[in-house]
Amino acid sequence: MKFTEDHEWIRLEGDIATIGITEHATVQLGDLVFVDLSDAEGDMSKGDTAVVVESVKAASDVYAPLDGEIVATNEALNDNPGLVNEDPMGDGWLFKMKLANAGDLDALMDEAAYKALTD
Amino acid sequence: MRNPSKGFGRCCLEGARSMSSAQQTSDLKTTPLYDLHQELGGKMVPFAGYSLPVQYPLGVLKEHLWVRQSAGLFDVSHMGQIWLRPKAGGSLDDVCLALESLVPQDILGLRVGRQRYAFFTNEAGGLRDDLMVAKTPDASGQDALFLVVNGACKAEDLAHMQAEIGGRVDIEMLDGRALLALQGPAAEAALAAHYPGVVDMTFMQVGHFDGPLGAVFISRSGYSGEDGFEISVAADQAEALARALLAHDAVEPIGLGARDSLRLEAGLCLYGNDLDPSTSPVEADLVWGMQKARKAGGAREGGYPGWSVIAPQLADGPAVKRVGLKPEGRAPLRPPIDLFAVEALSQPIGRVTSGGFGPSAEGPVAMGYVSAQLAQPGQRLYASQRNKAMPVLVAALPFVSQRYKR
Repeated sequence: MKFTEDHEWIRLEGDIATIGITEHATVQLGDLVFVDLSDAEGDMSKGDTAVVVESVKAASDVYAPLDGEIVATNEALNDNPGLVNEDPMGDGWLFKMKLANAGDLDALMDEAAYKALTD
Repeated sequence: MRNPSKGFGRCCLEGARSMSSAQQTSDLKTTPLYDLHQELGGKMVPFAGYSLPVQYPLGVLKEHLWVRQSAGLFDVSHMGQIWLRPKAGGSLDDVCLALESLVPQDILGLRVGRQRYAFFTNEAGGLRDDLMVAKTPDASGQDALFLVVNGACKAEDLAHMQAEIGGRVDIEMLDGRALLALQGPAAEAALAAHYPGVVDMTFMQVGHFDGPLGAVFISRSGYSGEDGFEISVAADQAEALARALLAHDAVEPIGLGARDSLRLEAGLCLYGNDLDPSTSPVEADLVWGMQKARKAGGAREGGYPGWSVIAPQLADGPAVKRVGLKPEGRAPLRPPIDLFAVEALSQPIGRVTSGGFGPSAEGPVAMGYVSAQLAQPGQRLYASQRNKAMPVLVAALPFVSQRYKR
């Protein structure tokens, strides 16, 4: 599993990366009340806004962590955005990407480096 | 996402508008409950020049729901508490008439022991601030008016009163005195355990109470839409009172985040968002708060700043009007956002001034200003957010029925 400075995690299986936000991020945001997946489609460049997560008080952008094509979104979040709070690294995943260059992942943080960032 | 811990930076609270984003934490004032907020795990943010908790570990959503079902304790000590008293040889009526020269309310006719919602207007008919005015003896028994004004506006309000009526009225802004709000259906029982007399109070009644936790001045009011109280207490007694109230299982500490979502669901305006110097009380749909005696044909018609602008609006209706807005989808609206009559988003006909998620309404809720001809409940409009046209319906306020003790 890899991490970004923007508090996203990336898990690669084959050539498909699953992306979500970290537990640290969910604790800071508080209970999510809406996840906007409507723009998560097609080709994305690193840094493009893929998803917007909304807590009671604020909206926060979640970015494409690397170049690639979005191939799936977590439709369960439409009915239950709280899944992200309950299980941020599991059932609360946000979207899946087919990475343009899987090698790009190497530049991201490992768990120890991310933990050092947030401690 | 960037800085999730700063996630509340995009929220629209009273203080956010009045402070530069560059303001350093070290410039912030603290309330008498600052240490207690820290101990309780409050996430402190700048608000109206003070460091105040936006939420506690329970989180905004659960704090909001807790207030609606039980009771919540809020620190609103940033608000200004002001006594207006007669000058030597003057009377309470002189004080009332002096204040009436600044507000469109009937202060002379307010009964002793009662409080009333009011607002300072400007010469353009806009709103300088909104406030509560109580007619009550002070702690020493002298006839007086007691005002509670917004924290972000209190210095300007004080200067305004000193300049306009300072020659006729003694004005005392209390320094450092705490103000606690206890809101929710369980508020009465919790407060009555320490001040039994509060059970006899009705909505907007005020009084002095004494007990083992000290002498306090209490109003049965608040800004959550629930029954509740605001308690003015000496700074050095505030923490003991807060701890005594929090010792009740029914009472949880509540931050500014839930205060905002509670008042929005209750259809109550936040100065700086929904009310400002370019918005008149008629446009803001606050005519219910302007009594007959000060309107055309009343005993003391007009006689406050902006009357020449407000009078024709009262007679003919305003060009724009504050309304409730219910998004048809699930996405909350985060102002500032323009509103349009058509999905093509050409020519704005209004704007969203408060918006967010209503935990008790179980969906997004908002309010804003629209052209008067589009202000009927059920009217479909479109909000422009994230480059999309989001359908919203004009809705009757409040979103959640108010439960005051009448």
